[in-house]
Amino acid sequence: MTDSILEESSQPLEGTPGVDEFCIAGHTFQSRLILGSGKYDSFEVMRESFEVAETQCVTIAVRRERLHDSSGRNILDFVDPRLILLPNTAGCYDAETAVRCAKMGREILRGLENPGADWVKLEVLGDSRSLLPDPIELLKATETLVKEGFQVLCYSSDDPIVARRLKDAGATSVMPAGSPIGSGLGVINRNSLQIILEDLKQGDPDYPVIIDAGVGTASDVAVAMELGFDAVLLNTAVARAAAPIRMAEAMKYGVKAGRLAYQSGRIPMSRYASASSPEVGVISKRQR
Amino acid sequence: MIDVTINGKKQLCAEGLTLVELLDSLGMTSRAIAVEINQEIQPRDTHSQVEVKDGDILEIVTLVGGG
Repeated sequence: MTDSILEESSQPLEGTPGVDEFCIAGHTFQSRLILGSGKYDSFEVMRESFEVAETQCVTIAVRRERLHDSSGRNILDFVDPRLILLPNTAGCYDAETAVRCAKMGREILRGLENPGADWVKLEVLGDSRSLLPDPIELLKATETLVKEGFQVLCYSSDDPIVARRLKDAGATSVMPAGSPIGSGLGVINRNSLQIILEDLKQGDPDYPVIIDAGVGTASDVAVAMELGFDAVLLNTAVARAAAPIRMAEAMKYGVKAGRLAYQSGRIPMSRYASASSPEVGVISKRQR
Repeated sequence: MIDVTINGKKQLCAEGLTLVELLDSLGMTSRAIAVEINQEIQPRDTHSQVEVKDGDILEIVTLVGGG
């Protein structure tokens, strides 16, 4: 019994049995968890969180000259060189600045010979309180960066039309927020997110759509994966948890649980019960 | 001496320095930096040819933790 359950769950409905990978810009990932590198209390905790989470891709920010932390250490010494570094344009509020920031990130990563050099997590914010993206500037920056040869992974709102416009503009991946960055509110607008998934994957099922931001705990991650997202990108939920390394492990399982559930075809919801035990041969009188 | 702005701060530097020489003088020898002059990215392999000029605005950036 146990064996058959295991067998069934290790065989995804799609793709090669036992293998569950996804692809961004020709690069194959076994892990569907992308982690941010900000807000950790120490580089050591960050490094161990990455290890425990088994992530293969981490985001990183571009900032003026502060190469060393307060103790004179470099964050890069704490990041496994096999990880793909995904530089972001966090803190940019217009297309022009975001494009400049992306070019600087690419220049640094080229020097490090990191495979993510041409990749950018494009953030163009519209408001400092909600940190929600400015869709007009985001689209402009996407168009420019695609022309410049970048693989653009767009942090977007959950607006399906914006998502479609970004994909049409050549975005490598659209990454709608589950809820505002760092809010821990989880996946707020399932309906819009499902519309985005349906729309972007129509006739293009392998197009990567990633939930970026807002998740607070492992169940939020599982919900995102159950909806059919290819991966989850998160930072604060691990870095600011009371026990970040343990939360990183929880997130790893959350992603796996949600992914397996998505592939398993969940039962439809029903207002009323459906008995699990046979209804015939009941020894007691049926009660209404 | 010439006036340059580095990461938002005005400062004096010697005339005729190449970008490599300026970075050396600032102790910025890491591979993990990128430089922009007057909002134009300066590819690493050009740093030894580019001369820093009076009034140039430089941004020198690196990688930090971020989400």
